[in-house]
Amino acid sequence: MSLTALAFYLFASITVFSGFMVIASKNPVHSVLFLILAFFNASGLFLLLGAEFLAMLLIIIYVGAVAVLFLFVVMMLDINYTEMREGFLQYLPIGALIGLIVLVELIMVVGVWQVAPEIIGTPAVAAAPDLTNTEALGAVLYTQYIYAFQAAGIVLLIAMIGAIVLTLRTREGVKRQNISQQNRRTPQTAIEIKKVKVGEGL
Amino acid sequence: MSDVLTVLPELILAVGAMGLLMIGVFSGDKSYGLLKWLASGLFAVAFLVMIGSGAEQKLAFGGMFVTDAFALFMKSVVLTGAVFALGLSGQFMRERGIARFEYPVLVVLAVLGMMMMVSANDMLALYIGLELQSLALYVLAAFNRDKLRSTEAGLKYFVLGALSSGMMLYGISLIYGFTGSTSFAEIAAYGIGSGTNGLGLLFGLVFLISGFAFKVSAVPFHMWAPDVYEGAPTPITVFFGTAPKVAAMALFVRALIVSFPDLTQQWQQVVVFLSVASMILGAFAGLMQTNIKRLMAYSSIAHMGFALAGLATGTVDGVQGVLVYMAIYMLMTAGTFAVILGMRRKDGLTEDISDLAGLAKTRPALAAIMATLMFSLAGIPLLAGFFAKLYVFMAVVEAGMYWLAVVGFVTSTVAAVYYLRIVKLMYFDEPNENIEPLKDRGIAYVGFVTAALNSPLHLLLIWPLTLAAGLAAQSLF
Repeated sequence: MSLTALAFYLFASITVFSGFMVIASKNPVHSVLFLILAFFNASGLFLLLGAEFLAMLLIIIYVGAVAVLFLFVVMMLDINYTEMREGFLQYLPIGALIGLIVLVELIMVVGVWQVAPEIIGTPAVAAAPDLTNTEALGAVLYTQYIYAFQAAGIVLLIAMIGAIVLTLRTREGVKRQNISQQNRRTPQTAIEIKKVKVGEGL
Repeated sequence: MSDVLTVLPELILAVGAMGLLMIGVFSGDKSYGLLKWLASGLFAVAFLVMIGSGAEQKLAFGGMFVTDAFALFMKSVVLTGAVFALGLSGQFMRERGIARFEYPVLVVLAVLGMMMMVSANDMLALYIGLELQSLALYVLAAFNRDKLRSTEAGLKYFVLGALSSGMMLYGISLIYGFTGSTSFAEIAAYGIGSGTNGLGLLFGLVFLISGFAFKVSAVPFHMWAPDVYEGAPTPITVFFGTAPKVAAMALFVRALIVSFPDLTQQWQQVVVFLSVASMILGAFAGLMQTNIKRLMAYSSIAHMGFALAGLATGTVDGVQGVLVYMAIYMLMTAGTFAVILGMRRKDGLTEDISDLAGLAKTRPALAAIMATLMFSLAGIPLLAGFFAKLYVFMAVVEAGMYWLAVVGFVTSTVAAVYYLRIVKLMYFDEPNENIEPLKDRGIAYVGFVTAALNSPLHLLLIWPLTLAAGLAAQSLF
């Protein structure tokens, strides 16, 4: 067994194991930590495929930003897990049945799978050998896939609008700095002169 | 450059939505009324540009995007539905304190997604258009964020929608894996597949159809519809009931007819099942409803069943039937919801069917509009809804699927019970609560226009409509 194959089986088995632990572990914080482990191993798999750009993206964006943010949210929210699991047993039989059916179907599909010999190792867009990943992605992203790329940008715009619509509230009684208002202040509006009687104070 | 010209209507909507967003951000919620008009204006401009560029088939962006007579027809229906929904949302949104400037912007973006769905000619474009539309709709469902029902509707729609997207993506990945392409044309060229690979392709196809069924709320993927219809603010329910259904049906038809012509026998079975189950459940579950918005949800499930019966034939006539059906369905639904928005008592809007009692005595005009629409929804002869069903079932009979037509006739008779019950309530029962006069002109206009188009007057228009639908259906084969 070559070193690459060994690395593949290592990464793949840890990914599957930690993926399982994400849904199996009782503590939500542990779930998120397993999710991070799964991301790390998936990026290892990407590296083995020669997709170093995707591997780095996965670490920087998913581990560095998304999962850590997620961890914060999970730690901040006080989720009552026993309550969440109440309906679990109730739906277990039907869930298990559907899972079993899908599993059987998958086995049927994979069982008859015949990979055409000529398509092995031919990706949809063949990468030129002297290009780096980033250059290769950039070359197709803005030419061949410009339509999908721009549309994906609009999806993100909607996500942003949606987050603001559903959560932003203007709070009453918060003091904000208003520079033009501050500049417009004159002694007449800002200063109040009071006569202080001797020996009495205000 | 020709690519840009082909997507010009979509481009107008995308850039226009951003322009509206800028206006809204800088002038706040008081620009709501203005933005609604501007959004309707954008739809009109996009429509004119689309008509101007003609109906011949044009591909753009390496075949990802296609415009043809079919796209033209479905996009026109989508745009009309969106204008109706915007027209109905004035008074309601203001009273609820949710007349926020994001509403017209999100509607424009959702319509953009729908137009991309209708024109999708590639699995990637299909999925992105669908997500664009769905994401805007999830936000719209939860738009009344301080009401528990609305947020529940939004969350439910989001979770189930994400599930359906997941299933659809799974199907797409199987299809891609077995055919080696995401383009509709190349998938069609692959055909049934050599040897046993066809089985995997078939599994992908079934998952893909499940995703579509979710979006058109066909049984057994209908469970979100009643809750979302009931929970979402009513003008947004109008939008849900019209434009997205039309766009999803367009996607359904195009994806199956264009990319799987060799697998027609296989997907026919699935579509027939969806159709029969939807017709039966929509007809029978609707009988028990007391809330009119829930009733409309079940009614729309039944109507999707009728439309799918047309698709199940897999013939030009069947597709033509689907197109006519969707156009008339959109008109009927928009009109009925206009009346629902007009059901206003002293203490606010009501959604109880029993509150319609005696409407003919207190508000004869509203009752007449509602009665026309109910007769049309029930498919009574001489009204538009009858011709919608007629074209579909003629195609079904021609294709030799007699028992499907029989199920359709029986279920439409059963469904007629709940439509006619409303007419009976309005005309023969004593009023128990007065419905206040209409104050919102938008509701009056939409109600009047749709009722007029559904009344026997439509006989003047049904000929050009079926002609256009015929040309549109022809362009897919």
